[in-house]
Amino acid sequence: MSTTMENVICKFCGCLCDDIIVEVEDNRILKTKRACSNGRGMFLDYDPSFQKPLIDGKQVEWDEAVSVCADILNKADSPLIYGLSSTSTEAQRKAVELADLLGAVIDSTSSVCHFPTVLAFQRTGEVTCTLGEVKNRADLLIFWGCNPMVSHIRHFTRYSAKAKGTLTPGGRKDRTIVVVDVRETPSSKTADMFLQIDSGTDYEVLTTLRALVQEKELEPGAGHIVSEELKELARMMKTCNYGVVFFGMGLTMTSGRSYNVSELFTLAAELNRFNRFSVMPMRGHGNVAGADNVLTWLSGYPSAVSFARGFPQIGPGEFTSVDMLARHEADAALIIASDPMAHFPHGAVEHLRHIPFILMAPMTNCSTKTAKVFLPTACCGIDVPGTAYRMDNVPLRLRAVLASEKPTDEEILSRIIKEVIK
Amino acid sequence: MPDKPFYRCQESKAGNIQNLRDILMKNFFTLISGRTKAHADGLHKGPGSQDYINATSFVEIGQEDMNRLGIKKGQLVLIRSDSGKVEAPVQPANLPAGLIFIPMGPTANKLVGTETFGTGMPSFKGQSVKVEKL
Repeated sequence: MSTTMENVICKFCGCLCDDIIVEVEDNRILKTKRACSNGRGMFLDYDPSFQKPLIDGKQVEWDEAVSVCADILNKADSPLIYGLSSTSTEAQRKAVELADLLGAVIDSTSSVCHFPTVLAFQRTGEVTCTLGEVKNRADLLIFWGCNPMVSHIRHFTRYSAKAKGTLTPGGRKDRTIVVVDVRETPSSKTADMFLQIDSGTDYEVLTTLRALVQEKELEPGAGHIVSEELKELARMMKTCNYGVVFFGMGLTMTSGRSYNVSELFTLAAELNRFNRFSVMPMRGHGNVAGADNVLTWLSGYPSAVSFARGFPQIGPGEFTSVDMLARHEADAALIIASDPMAHFPHGAVEHLRHIPFILMAPMTNCSTKTAKVFLPTACCGIDVPGTAYRMDNVPLRLRAVLASEKPTDEEILSRIIKEVIK
Repeated sequence: MPDKPFYRCQESKAGNIQNLRDILMKNFFTLISGRTKAHADGLHKGPGSQDYINATSFVEIGQEDMNRLGIKKGQLVLIRSDSGKVEAPVQPANLPAGLIFIPMGPTANKLVGTETFGTGMPSFKGQSVKVEKL
């Protein structure tokens, strides 16, 4: 007999949609309602079967696996702990404790998504809001270098473009949507205005916009080109009631990186002279915002933190995972709920192949075959409950929809900590 | 300052710069990688699944560049960067001249370098590559 659970949270992306209906039978997820295709895949393709840990591809008992993990980490001179974005904040806390104990470097997947945004926070500050404010108030929405129709599929309907709110009862009719991108995307096709810019020119366009908003005289050839579209966008930004810019990897992965984001934050801050204006990064993984939060509570820094000298230090370009691996500085790694083999550049992946690394994840992924130890732990939000942070930094409690015997990331990290201390 | 206009509205794609690129940089492109719906679907099936491999193992090139290089849909091209090289079939796409797209995954990552310019972030969007017809 099947049971139906309502108001389940999907943790696939930073939207953390909390209205999913999940139907379960014989401890298998049969059906979901309201979930987007990304969320549906996460629930329906999940394999809940209990597995034993693997060492060099051979099944072992948990005690042995934990002991080997502690041995690998204790022997390492420069261990790296990476991932964290798809596990609970409770497990993230344990990972920081382990990093502190080992004198390790700890870095989340922010490193290869919104770490430049974090650097911009530190430099410029952030004018922010919650998704509730966006839904209820925003009448101008700008999506810069992001494609929610593919990566955050329900963002438009639940929080932004099409959502009906207190001051936006007409939903899409009450809002103006602008997309800025280097290429046409499914999201740009739905926009009222699409600004197609050259790849790698975001900083210059943002600087020009700042100048236009401030009604400064612009000289041709001085680093900006004034177009009618940009003038119109500047006018819209100044005259709307409540504007929000959502931005993605189009700003953080291109030339300029954190400086692009700083320029956007500054533009938003300056627009508050005219009206209310906010900026929000489109966070990818379900709890990547949680990883930034937890690391900041515990170490003072959001990512790329080294405990090697006995106190936390941040090092962008130094303690960030790709840099550490590319320079062959890590001699062991613990990967938590992530898949660097699929997502890191080839040069970084090559070093990972040559060091002992431990993979802690609910299902096999591209990194499993290369891992010295694979720890198949419970999936937070499906097997076990836990806390996750939405992209607007609102913490939500994930529910368990299956009855699972799998150990949690938090439990296994606690056991590794005990073994490391021995 | 760069001698090219850095901002281009949709209506003014052609120009002298394109002619210059034709002459001097015929085969050079900027690679951007990113998410696609098929990539996410493949990820749920498993990174080793055929769905995932199919979703991450092609390159999108604009029709204008395909014509310029004499490439047809489905044809294999060799893409090189300072970090590696891959062969991938071509899919036509609505992309501006000089830009190619590969879904995020192992194919794109063979071309992306490890230089992060002190930020931790590699050039997943903005990697210079050369495309050659096979």
